[in-house]
Amino acid sequence: MEALLSIVIGVLAACGVWLVLRPRTFQVLVGLSLLGYAVNLFIFAMGSLSTGAEPIVRPGVPANLLHYTDPLPQSLVLTAIVIGFATTALFLVVLLALRGLAGTDHVDGKEDDP
Amino acid sequence: MTVWAEHAMPHLVAVPVLLPLLTAAAMLLLGGKRRSQAVLGGVSCIGGLLVGMALLRWVDASGATGAVAVYLPGNWSVPFGIVLAADRLSALMLVVTAILAVAAVTFAAARWDRAGVHFHTLFQIQLMGLNGAFLTADLFNLFVFFEVTLAASYGLLLHGSGPRRARAGLHYIAMNLLASSFFLVGVAMLYGVTGTLNMADMARKLPSIPAEDVGLLHAGASILGIAFLIKAAAWPLNFWLTRAYAAAGAPVAALFAVLTKVGVYSLLRIWTLMLRPQDKLDTPFAGEVLTLVGLATLALSAVGILTAQQPRRLAAFCIVISAGTLLAATGFSSAALLGGALYYLVASTLAAGALFLVAELIERSREAHDRLETLRDDEADFAPTYVVADVPRSPEQVEDEAPVGRVIAGPMAFLGLCFAGCALLVAGLPPMPGFLAKFAMLDPLMQLSGAVPATAWTMLVLLIVSGLLSTLAFSRAGVRFFWAPSGRPLPRLRIIETAPIAGLLLLMVALTVFAEPVLRFSRSAASSLLDPAPYIQAIMSAVPKSR
Repeated sequence: MEALLSIVIGVLAACGVWLVLRPRTFQVLVGLSLLGYAVNLFIFAMGSLSTGAEPIVRPGVPANLLHYTDPLPQSLVLTAIVIGFATTALFLVVLLALRGLAGTDHVDGKEDDP
Repeated sequence: MTVWAEHAMPHLVAVPVLLPLLTAAAMLLLGGKRRSQAVLGGVSCIGGLLVGMALLRWVDASGATGAVAVYLPGNWSVPFGIVLAADRLSALMLVVTAILAVAAVTFAAARWDRAGVHFHTLFQIQLMGLNGAFLTADLFNLFVFFEVTLAASYGLLLHGSGPRRARAGLHYIAMNLLASSFFLVGVAMLYGVTGTLNMADMARKLPSIPAEDVGLLHAGASILGIAFLIKAAAWPLNFWLTRAYAAAGAPVAALFAVLTKVGVYSLLRIWTLMLRPQDKLDTPFAGEVLTLVGLATLALSAVGILTAQQPRRLAAFCIVISAGTLLAATGFSSAALLGGALYYLVASTLAAGALFLVAELIERSREAHDRLETLRDDEADFAPTYVVADVPRSPEQVEDEAPVGRVIAGPMAFLGLCFAGCALLVAGLPPMPGFLAKFAMLDPLMQLSGAVPATAWTMLVLLIVSGLLSTLAFSRAGVRFFWAPSGRPLPRLRIIETAPIAGLLLLMVALTVFAEPVLRFSRSAASSLLDPAPYIQAIMSAVPKSR
């Protein structure tokens, strides 16, 4: 599972970086979202990966990450998702505003000189 | 009285966060009544200033080097709940922010708050984020407050609209979203290694980290550092800054002068708390990297300021110069140098804020005359100083849009005097505190130069040369704005717009006159930063109140 998750994070991050470097605003937006997904999965992975483990301590079972899953990264991811979603929405608004004001979807507000 | 104060004081730590938040909420309830929003915002900013000063006095009066006021907002015991902590540096940053906020909100009340909607609400939310970032003792909470600050700053940067602002805003948002990703990755790695997010707890746990995790820790700390360096406008991550700050409206840009200092503050906090003291984890190169990055920022921005044609761009470069100086000084880890640097932080932040406000008035007077002339390419790149969105308005609103306040006499003399004052400040010439600040940094550098000769000498030279280059840039700009033009109509300056500038500059003079107590304070702030054990102790020993 570790290998699969690392590959997923890597692919998402690579796609995100490539798109962020593109000249169209919408591509940048999608790139930033993909990077956000990669980061969220990364935070998730930092709390140690486990399937079917629960975050609530039961009596008689030693309280370590071998028997439980760490609840904190999950709450961090939740916060990060909410914040990332809000800022991406804000970016979308500015993107539309720039499209309307400049008449082009180039990130610099004007096309490259041919 | 003293008993009452003893009981009330711990709760005062939460007030700088709660006051702007509640003010912003109240403003939304007020609806579109701009006048009452402005009054409410002004009162709230002054209240924030008083609270900041009370905290400063309290932290300073308790004597010991590591005096810290700790507050547990959720009443949970320490490594589990969120902690707010105010030490000398936090209190100092709170006061600087509040002073700029009072000036900016007064300036905005004249006309800027009418260039778009929700100016005062966004302004208060930005203040909440800034104050929270300065007070929090929790790494993830720092991220949240960063995002609050940034979300409000996106709105404020776009305040007044126009294609230039939209373009600068787009770049600014993209840059900061990337920085936030770095921030999250760094925080996650540090959490993965140490298992805690409380900065004091993390610092305490670092020595017991197994050797195989140290590399991961260094990687996490470096990624976190990159996020902070982007926000602190360090070269080569600062190309977004001048355009964004020059496009922002004057009161917004004045408050943004503190925004880069949040990055510097966070670096300073994490650097001194976690990375410096542990022998085992000592990152031998990190201090030098910080110094070199700072020196590169300083050198390139000192050259950059020569290219600035607009007063606003001049002010933006002053912010980069100040960030570079502070970063370079941080890397040396010397208490005397850091003390001087903190004094410089106060002086340079307030100076940049004042300069943005002066720049707006200068440009407005130029624009009234030059509008018909063909603007050069460089100038055409600029957002107009003040635009009201072209929407149908009710008669009441039109009346509301007349600028507020009386007109002052001798506007050009006032502008010239203020511009010269800012120039003296930034260039570090007496009698302004910029001179004392540079002196307070140069003196320890000379004594330090035995140990690390090359970087210390470079910094010494760069500090003086950057002063010279900014003098050049300012005198050229001054000649261009004040002497060269003739037959230009006199600008009409209102008291409400000139008072904040005059107030900031008078405060600067006071900072020179009372340099000794301020320097004593900043030096003890620096020495308590470099000896973090009492800070860690104070946070870890905080106990929840029993009911």
